[in-house]
Amino acid sequence: MLFSELRTHTARSAMAIVAIAIGVAMAYAVHLINESATGEFERTVRSLMGNADLEIRGTEAGFSESVYPLVARLAEVGTASPSVAVEARLSGRADPLKIVGVDVFRAAAVQPGLIGRPEGGRAGALPLLEDDAIFLSPVALRWLGAKPGDPLHVQVGLETRTLRIRGTLAATGEGLRLGVMDIGAAQSCFERLGMLQQIDLSLRPGTDAEAFRARLSRLLPAGVFVSTPAETVRRSSDLSRAYRVNLTVLALVALFTGAFLVFSSQALAVMRRRGQFALLRVLGLRQGELLRLILAEAALQGALGACLGLGLGYLVAGATLAWAGSDLGAGYFKGVAPQVHFDAAAALLFGLLGLASAVLGSVAPAVEAARASPAQALRAGDEAAAPRGLRSVAPGIVAIAAGAALSFLPPIDDVPIAGYLAIALLLTGGIALVPRLARVLFARLPDSRHVPLHLASTQLSGSPGRAAIGLAGILASFSLMVAMAIMVASFRTSFDQWLTVALPADLYLRAGSAGDTAYFSPADQRNIAATPGLQRVEFQRSLPVSLDPERPPVMLIGRSIDAADPASRLALVGTPRHPRSGEPPPVWVSEAMVDLYGYALGQQVFLPLGGRRVAVTVAGVWRDYARQQGAVVIERQDLARFTGDETANDAALWLLPGSGLAATEQWLRQRLANGDRVVYSSPGEIRARSLKIFDRSFAVTYLLEAVAIVIGLAGIAVSFGGQALARTREFGMLRHIGVSRAQIGAMLALEGALLAMLGVAAGLILGGAVALILVRVVNPQSFHWTMNMSLPWQLISTVAIVLVAASAATATWAGRRAMATGAVRAVREDW
Amino acid sequence: MLVLQGVSKTYPGAASRTVLAGIDLALASGEYVAIMGESGVGKSTLLNLIAGLERPDRGSILFDGQEISALPDDAATLLRRRAMGFVFQAFHVLPHLSVARNVALPLLLNGIGKRRMRERVAAGLAAVGLAGRGESMPRQLSGGELQRVAIARAIVHRPSLLLVDEPTGNLDSDTAGKILRLLRDQLHASGAAGILVTHSLAAARTAERILRLTPTGLEPHADSDREE
Repeated sequence: MLFSELRTHTARSAMAIVAIAIGVAMAYAVHLINESATGEFERTVRSLMGNADLEIRGTEAGFSESVYPLVARLAEVGTASPSVAVEARLSGRADPLKIVGVDVFRAAAVQPGLIGRPEGGRAGALPLLEDDAIFLSPVALRWLGAKPGDPLHVQVGLETRTLRIRGTLAATGEGLRLGVMDIGAAQSCFERLGMLQQIDLSLRPGTDAEAFRARLSRLLPAGVFVSTPAETVRRSSDLSRAYRVNLTVLALVALFTGAFLVFSSQALAVMRRRGQFALLRVLGLRQGELLRLILAEAALQGALGACLGLGLGYLVAGATLAWAGSDLGAGYFKGVAPQVHFDAAAALLFGLLGLASAVLGSVAPAVEAARASPAQALRAGDEAAAPRGLRSVAPGIVAIAAGAALSFLPPIDDVPIAGYLAIALLLTGGIALVPRLARVLFARLPDSRHVPLHLASTQLSGSPGRAAIGLAGILASFSLMVAMAIMVASFRTSFDQWLTVALPADLYLRAGSAGDTAYFSPADQRNIAATPGLQRVEFQRSLPVSLDPERPPVMLIGRSIDAADPASRLALVGTPRHPRSGEPPPVWVSEAMVDLYGYALGQQVFLPLGGRRVAVTVAGVWRDYARQQGAVVIERQDLARFTGDETANDAALWLLPGSGLAATEQWLRQRLANGDRVVYSSPGEIRARSLKIFDRSFAVTYLLEAVAIVIGLAGIAVSFGGQALARTREFGMLRHIGVSRAQIGAMLALEGALLAMLGVAAGLILGGAVALILVRVVNPQSFHWTMNMSLPWQLISTVAIVLVAASAATATWAGRRAMATGAVRAVREDW
Repeated sequence: MLVLQGVSKTYPGAASRTVLAGIDLALASGEYVAIMGESGVGKSTLLNLIAGLERPDRGSILFDGQEISALPDDAATLLRRRAMGFVFQAFHVLPHLSVARNVALPLLLNGIGKRRMRERVAAGLAAVGLAGRGESMPRQLSGGELQRVAIARAIVHRPSLLLVDEPTGNLDSDTAGKILRLLRDQLHASGAAGILVTHSLAAARTAERILRLTPTGLEPHADSDREE
């Protein structure tokens, strides 16, 4: 009994199984990718911290090493292990290498994994202390294609320094690209003399860590914090959390649409088998037993789909990690090379989700079939009765109202839970209203004399239940596709506009493509400014600063900016505030600063600069799509005054009319010391590169759009295939009374097209509403940036036309198949 | 009006089966004939052949002098639409259409104007005892009422031939008697010829002539035959 439906209608069952499999595969793959990256990231952070109880941490810019003796002398401290850390730019490499400088004698006690193992028979500490010695993790060695004894060229400023690979590291997590040096050698090599980034502390037994932490915090300079290993791991993981959560939710969307396909498939099967079920009821099958039988069929489909999906998900995760990396190109996990690991617990969870979505998709049809009166169901003609659950509008309206209300709620723990729930309720409510919508709209179609149109419109208005089943899949998939398309288009357009404001110059110079060891010294800056044919040059210095130990650092950007006209350089949101005399210097903060730190226009805030708290005034809020953790722009001269740092990372050059880009670049390459190491980019190149990264990080969204469309098309095929089969006798009767094959074909094409048009129109409205929540609620709450709505009409109208045409074609094809299998004979009960 | 000569039909396949062999039949205008036969003997196939829904392997079927088996599908469809009416055992009333709309279908297909359509539907429903029930939906009707709707639909466009396939198979004996009388009365009133296919001798006796379909052909029904 359980397998008979699967065997009889293999193609339709297979489509439902595949839809569930796709949903499970997407969700499981995204989970595996996220877990492999965050898991490796966590192992990395933990291996760097070793068995430290507390960590004193500044930003990449570091803090004075005078803090070290202050801390090391405290009675509660057993061992204090200082370190410097840089993201070093390597010659000929796009990605940087993390290099940590440690005091080998102290690190041995706190971070034994960071102790190098010299190769070549030179035991003892001496090789570890050599000025040019560096020890690499096995992953870093493989990445570089190097071996112990080889040189390693790192860029400092615009100069190259050569280190020597002396051996490997003990244990640093299997996926971490890391190099370790002696702390003094690292400070000297990377020009960080007198600076530290971190001090790891192991406390004496019996020390109250919390109490000590509170006391220690008060001793530290501004911008230097104490945290536990767990907090450090969480802070690192938080960087990518919004991205990961959104990716997971997007993947679950595929499962959601799969559930609708199961609903369509099961609802049609139940309608078609009403007589069969009624007979079973007459023969003695109880309501509960029938309900369980139908749910078991769905569970079987779900289980098959889930198993298939888990296998597929594992393969997709492996392929994706190999192709795009663990963050799909979004840049959250640089330097980490994770492997995909089968996660049994997650497999069970996502497998059960697949099973549950299949069972949930068939609950309404199963309840309907179980409740149907056997006597009524055995009567001819009862097969067209609409499932009762689809007739009421109240649940739909309540769901939409609840969704609308939820969209106004704030995020929970920085995750837009209410926003996601609002989307789910809106979609469910919208789909629940479809039967009434179909009845009302199709009943208003003019009473045509055109036979196919007359038959099609009466069929659609007379069987809203059937229409709803056909529509549910189209509506779910099209509205999701529209929502995702509008969200991505809005983001891409806003991002493009933002790039236009952010890239006003003719040529951009970056001291290094990656890492924080490359910079322009004041001498380099003078040389660049002396380039012939220049109209104007602006330098920019970016420094990470920690404002809250619980959050990742904020980027402080020192650049030339006209306080009277900041909009010429920044994509301002709202009206800026002109600085008043006597106020602290102005800063312009990104939207994330308002969201995360509560900064407001005109507010006086404090930034930890040069080891002290410096008062500044918030003079404007700007849109920043590059740094979701927050950014603060300050006049470069102010930054140099507060920090003493006069280096720069970037330069923007405006050329005089007639000066060529190529000639300017050529001149700089020749005249600037090590000018070849500078990265030269035109705004067009940066724009193209940025949009490529954007598209890559949204590849999953594009894939999900495609999945939604495919599932929608599959839903159409399932729905019309099932309906055509259920209506074989109707076709036979129509043929008897003189309706031609062509007229039946036209009737079915019109039914398909009219249904799809309603689905597309409703999907457009529903998708637009979902997009509004994505753009106005989910995105700002997840990433702390806003965007302008933009409708990709071309894409939406193309997909709409394809769906309508596919519906018409599929309905006609399904009808032809049904008629080919003996529609004429189906009218006879006695042959 | 209807003449069948040497009509044979075999269904091909691994288990090839000849269901009709050498069937001869002549039916005059306004004549009502019943055809009886055992299950599977080919009664419904015979109706399909007469309606042009299937083609015979041998023989000819002339309807008003026109060879039906030679007509292309579209022409056969138009002929059915114009000149034939059907009543089925399982009623086959479209569940999503009101009673009136079901009855109006043949008129719509024949391009009858709206006003005349309304008049003829009303007359058709009145003729079968369903006056005033036009706006009812099929699910609100009993089996007997549904078959009345089917009869109204079969006669509303005034066909010259009515093909009736086990019209009382799904009805109780009281209702069946009423339906059979209604059918006969409507045939007489319209002047159409009719072929009733049935198992029931009682049903067959409402026709003017009874024939028995056997594997060897159509034979006049013997008085000694008993109701099956």
